[in-house]
Amino acid sequence: MKYASEFRDPKAARALLAEIARVADGLGATRARPVAIMEICGGHTHSIFRYGLDKLIHEGVEFIHGPGCPVCVLPMARVDEAVQIAERPDVIFTTFGDAMRVPGHVKSLMQAKASGADIRMVYSPLDALELARRNPDREVVFFGLGFETTTPSTALSIQQAAREGVRNFSVFCNHITVPEPIKALLDDPHMRLDGFIGPGHVSMVIGIHPYDFIARDYHKPIVVAGFEPTDLLQSVLMVLRQIAEGRAEVENQYARVVPEHGNKVSLAAIADVYEKRPSFEWRGLGEIDASGLRIRDRYRAFDAEEKFGIGYAAGPRVHPEPEGCACGAVMTGRIKPTACPQFGKGCTPEMPLGALMVSSEGACAAYWQYGGARAAAE
Amino acid sequence: MCLGIPGRITAITDAGRQMALAEVSGVRREVNLACVADDGPLEALVGQWVLIHVGFAMAVIDADEAARTLDALRELGEAQEAVEAMAAGQRALEAGR
Amino acid sequence: MLRDTHVTLAHGGGGTAMRDLIEEVFTDVFTPPGMEDQARLMEAALQEPGARLAFTTDAFVVTPLEFPGGDIGTLAVCGTVNDLAVGGARPLWLSAAFIIEEGCEVALLHRIVASMAREAAAAGVRIVTGDTKVVGRGAADGLFIATSGVGVIAPGRELGATRLRPGDVILVSHWLGDHGATILAARGDLALEADLQSDCAGLGHLMADVLAAAPGAKAARDATRGGLAAVLNEWAGAADCGIEIEEEALPLRDAVRGICEILGLDPLYLANEGTLVLAVPEAEAPAALAAMRARPEGQGAAVIGRVVAGPQGQVRMRTPFGGARIVDMLVGEQLPRIC
Repeated sequence: MKYASEFRDPKAARALLAEIARVADGLGATRARPVAIMEICGGHTHSIFRYGLDKLIHEGVEFIHGPGCPVCVLPMARVDEAVQIAERPDVIFTTFGDAMRVPGHVKSLMQAKASGADIRMVYSPLDALELARRNPDREVVFFGLGFETTTPSTALSIQQAAREGVRNFSVFCNHITVPEPIKALLDDPHMRLDGFIGPGHVSMVIGIHPYDFIARDYHKPIVVAGFEPTDLLQSVLMVLRQIAEGRAEVENQYARVVPEHGNKVSLAAIADVYEKRPSFEWRGLGEIDASGLRIRDRYRAFDAEEKFGIGYAAGPRVHPEPEGCACGAVMTGRIKPTACPQFGKGCTPEMPLGALMVSSEGACAAYWQYGGARAAAE
Repeated sequence: MCLGIPGRITAITDAGRQMALAEVSGVRREVNLACVADDGPLEALVGQWVLIHVGFAMAVIDADEAARTLDALRELGEAQEAVEAMAAGQRALEAGR
Repeated sequence: MLRDTHVTLAHGGGGTAMRDLIEEVFTDVFTPPGMEDQARLMEAALQEPGARLAFTTDAFVVTPLEFPGGDIGTLAVCGTVNDLAVGGARPLWLSAAFIIEEGCEVALLHRIVASMAREAAAAGVRIVTGDTKVVGRGAADGLFIATSGVGVIAPGRELGATRLRPGDVILVSHWLGDHGATILAARGDLALEADLQSDCAGLGHLMADVLAAAPGAKAARDATRGGLAAVLNEWAGAADCGIEIEEEALPLRDAVRGICEILGLDPLYLANEGTLVLAVPEAEAPAALAAMRARPEGQGAAVIGRVVAGPQGQVRMRTPFGGARIVDMLVGEQLPRIC
C-alpha cells in the first residue's frame, strides 16, 4: 500500500531503534529512570502494540498511553443517554462500531439493539444522512463521537442536511478536543512526563500551533507523528533529541499529511456548526473546562440533545464511575494498567468495568490483547 | 485514535455533493471531497492521493514531504547497514584471531 | 406443479403445495433424485476393521444469502464436508434441513439448491435425507439451512491438536479472510466495493491429497468463524505448546488488506470457508505444501509458522522488525472502527 508500506521498512526501523538507544544512553535513561513519553492518541497506542514497538525500543524509553481514545473517555452517562434515544420507537440510531460495546449504567448499545432498538453501524455520518433521506418517517440520529479529526465530518453532514432541508436527521454530539485535556494533564501535580507524541490526524485538521503552549508554557517537547511504525520511532527520536539538546519545541514528523495551519475547510465547518461547551465530562478525568463541543443555536434543529430534551440540555449531572476503577490514574500515567487492582479480575474485555478495557485502543485492552499483561508478568 | 487511510481518487461521482470514488488497495468507496477541494475544478483531484477518514478525504498527501521523510529514513538505514557491516567485520576478525 | 413465485405458509402445511415444493425444488435436483425420510445406507469402507464413523452437524445463517463466490447452499454443503474432512474422514452422506421464511423467492431457492447439488457432486457426497419447514415473516432471515454429515475414517488415521509437538510446521491452504471480507463488502451497508469472492470450497479432495503426501500430519482444521486466530489458540491450548507465526508469511490478498485497513479490522480474525490450517512434522512440510498448491483451491497455500515449546497456550506473531505480539482469541464479533 502506497504511503503505508514504505513506512514499515524493517531496515529503517532498526536504524531508528539504534539511534534512539544511542540518544537514550546519552541521556542516562534506564528502566528504573526512564524518559516518559506520552502518546496522546489511541491510534498511536494501537500501532505501538501492533508492531511490538514497546518491546523493541530502548528500555529507558517508557510509553505513557494518553487519553486520546474518544470511546474510552466517553462517560457512562452519555452512553445511557444514547441508549435512551436509541430505544425510542421512532428512532433509527446510527453509530460507528467503536461505541457498540461501551458499557452504560444499565446497558450498552449492543445490548439495547438485542432488546429491540433499531441501532445500525455506519462507516460515515454521510451514510446516516442517506438513511434519513430514505426513511423520511423515522428520526435518524447519529452518535457524534471523536476528536477534531472526526468533528468536520459531522459538521459537514449537518451543513448538508440543512442545505437539503433534511429535517429528520440529528447528531447526538459528544465531540471533544485535544489541547484542553493535555493542559489538564500538565497541570496535574502527579504528572511525570518528559515529552509528547502529538496526534497526527487531529493535527491534519487543527495544524500544529494549538500545541504551542506545551513547549512555551510547560517546556515539554512535542512531535506530531504519523501512524506507521517508522513514523512513531522517528518521532520518539525527535523528542529525545529535543530533550538531549535542551529544546522544547513543536515539531512535525507527519508533514506529508499535516499542514502547519491545518485544514481551512474543516476548521470553517467546525466553527460554523459547533461552539465550546462550558465544560464536558471525561471518563476517568472528570469535567474539563471547554473541552467539549455543542451544536450552535442556528443548527439546533439538528441537535439530538435539543430534539429529545436530554443530556446537558436537561441540566447538570453528576454520575460517579464504578468503584475500584483506576482508569483515571492509568490515563494520567500515574500507574500502568497492570497495577490496577481490577485489571484481569473485575475488569476484562469480556466484562469491562472501566473504559480503557472497552475499546481496542484503550491502554488496558491493548495490554490485555497484545499480551502486555502476561509479558510484564513473565 | 482516528483511523486515516491513504487512498487514490479515481473518479468524480457527484460534483454537486462533492462526491468521488476513492480506491484503497483495490477496495472502492465513495468519499466526500469538501475538505480537499480548493476553488478549482474537482476533476483536478482525480489521481491524487488523499487521507481518508469516515468517508471524507481530509488532506491531500504531499508527495514531496513523503519523499523527504523517506529519504531521511533511507539515509539512516544505509548508515545503520554500514555500522552493522563494520560490526560483523569486527566480529569476523576477532573470531579469526 | 409449483406455480407460486414466492413461498407461502401453505408450502409448509403438509398438503399438495408442500409436496410440490419439496419435489420440484429439492428432491428432484439432488443426485440420485428422490429422498426418503430415513436413508438406509451401505458402505464397504465401514466394514474394514478399525474403520470409524464420523458424524457432524452444523447450522448456516448468512446475510446476504447470495454473495460473490457462493451462497448459503454452497456454505451448507462445504461447511459440513469440511468438518468431516479436517477430522480425517472421507465425507459420504449429508442431510439437509431448510427453514424457509414466508415470502422467500422460489427462484432463489432453485439457485441455492442447484449450488448444493453442484457442491455435493464436486465433493463426491450424496444428500440423502432432508426436511423443510416454512415459518412466518420475521421468524427467520430468508432461509436457514442445517446440514449433518457422515463419513468414514480409515483405520489408523489419527488427527488432533493434542498430537502437536514443538518443531511441527503450520500451513494454510488459501489466502486468509476472503470470505469474511467478501461478506462485509456484500452487505452493502458500509458501501465498499471490492473485486473479491468467498473462498467457500469443499476441502475433501485437498485433504486427501495432503494426507497422502504427508501421512504424519498431526492436526487439521478449517478456519471458519474466529478466523486463523481462533484455530491456533485452540491448538495451543489443547497441545500445551506455544505457536509462533510470521506476519510476513501470511497469505493476504490486497483487497482484504484494503478492507481491513479501512474498517480497522484484523485479518487473523476474519472468517474463511475453504481454508485448511494444517500441522505437520517439519520433514513433511514441503510435500504438504506442494500437495496443496497442486489443487486449484490450494493456490494460496503457504507455510506460516511453527509449534514452539512455550509460552504454553500462547500464539505469538513475529512482526517484520523482530517485534512480537500475542494473538489472542476475540472477545466478541469484530466490529468496524474509526479510531
